[in-house]
Amino acid sequence: MRALIATAGTGSVTPEDALLETPLGALHRELGARMVPFAGYAMPLQYRAGILAEHRHTRGSASLFDVSHMGQVRLSARPGASMESVARALERLVAADIVGLGPGRQRYTQFTNGTGGILDDLMVTSLGDHLWLVVNAACKHDDIERLKVLIGEECDIEVLEKRALVALQGPAAVAAFARLVPDSQGLSFMQAALWTLDGETLMVSRSGYTGEDGVEVSVSSGGVDALARRLLAADGVEAAGLGARDSLRLEAGLCLHGNDIDTTTTPVEAGLAWSIQKRRRLEGGFPGADVIVSQLRDGPPRRRVGLVPQGRAPVREGAAIRSSSGAPLGTVTSGVFGPTAERPVAMGYVAGEAAVTGTVVEVERRSSWIEAEIRSLPFVPHRYHRS
Amino acid sequence: MGKRLYSREHEWIDVDDGIGTVGISDYAQEQLGDVVFVELPESGHEVESGDELCVVESVKAASEVYAPVSGEVVEVNDALGDDPAEVNANPYGSGWFVWIRLANAGELDELMDEDAYREYLGELA
Repeated sequence: MRALIATAGTGSVTPEDALLETPLGALHRELGARMVPFAGYAMPLQYRAGILAEHRHTRGSASLFDVSHMGQVRLSARPGASMESVARALERLVAADIVGLGPGRQRYTQFTNGTGGILDDLMVTSLGDHLWLVVNAACKHDDIERLKVLIGEECDIEVLEKRALVALQGPAAVAAFARLVPDSQGLSFMQAALWTLDGETLMVSRSGYTGEDGVEVSVSSGGVDALARRLLAADGVEAAGLGARDSLRLEAGLCLHGNDIDTTTTPVEAGLAWSIQKRRRLEGGFPGADVIVSQLRDGPPRRRVGLVPQGRAPVREGAAIRSSSGAPLGTVTSGVFGPTAERPVAMGYVAGEAAVTGTVVEVERRSSWIEAEIRSLPFVPHRYHRS
Repeated sequence: MGKRLYSREHEWIDVDDGIGTVGISDYAQEQLGDVVFVELPESGHEVESGDELCVVESVKAASEVYAPVSGEVVEVNDALGDDPAEVNANPYGSGWFVWIRLANAGELDELMDEDAYREYLGELA
């Protein structure tokens, strides 16, 4: 038996002994995690329960994910400068409206390049006197370098290397977190606040990467082990690994940078136009704005779509997509067996005119082609807590 | 039933009267994680030792299973279509994949017995 396709996104060539650990490494091992290399870190792929059980537990109750490998960056104003100047500086690199992001509010956006491609996707949160950025682990060094070179003269850039990040996700997540921080129940989806717990400052946002309600919590590296253990001690909370995180996000139709979005895909092609607010569309002023604005006007040449293959056999990233008459249409970018959907699900790009829900196409699976239907995303409805 | 023998790629075969039942080892199913789909060959399919025999898919990964011996596939475990999780739950029982009619019983000498396989797993750890 030999693996044909490695776990998505774990294709790191870093030798085992050179891998970094998050501050929860000891806890992962105690919980029987299977550790895998991911973006230079040893991360839990799954715990003893396994991916299917961890996935289902997240949708039914609440799961704790260690996402401390992600990059956290604080942007604050230079002495005498305003937070608006910081927001304006960041807007030169991302497509979202940051100036209009009020304190305690969070937005999803992308760092774009000159051709409208996506260098990375990120969360930007205004915490009043600073912006808190969370970027992907695999891109964080490039992102930070880019921030320093391009806007480092206009704001203070602090890499929060001593902060860990955990996500508590699922219908029971907020109630479990509220046992420690009662006021957190007052947050709505994409809102954030600071709280103090056991002398630790927590940066908390009501958001996540599973399609479920939940929070993401930034805490010091020294405080995360105690916080994680307190959360895991709550009824209904179990640990979940990167495997479940990937199948959860795919069912929720959320993009994985490096798979579903990269420097060759624009936010419009990826179906992320909703994250570009009106003022930015009118004013531009971000890398690749000409390409992105023209695609918003005329339609993109290809679009990200959901794909449901016939039968039980999963289709995987890299598989070709063709029309029922055999014309090439595009490529699968992510594919798993969806534990909640109870069938294989995938995402990929197809030529604009083919991106119609209900269209039956063919997807390559090894040496044969199987039928798949184009579906709108998500595969499993989001259950966010909107006010 | 005969004695279970193992390949270095973690397939097992249990030969009885010239026909071997083939599956993957407990170690292999553990490494794979939850099996969600098994692509089996058709009965009558001829394989050489080391050829691809089946494809096993877990939630996130696909793995090839190789024929531990040469011969003809004479039976496949269709029940895995409805219940692929049997590969995890009973890798040496109801999680079997195929029966192969051996073309050359001498190939069994290349495989490991239980003790040798356990030692081999120890070296992998």
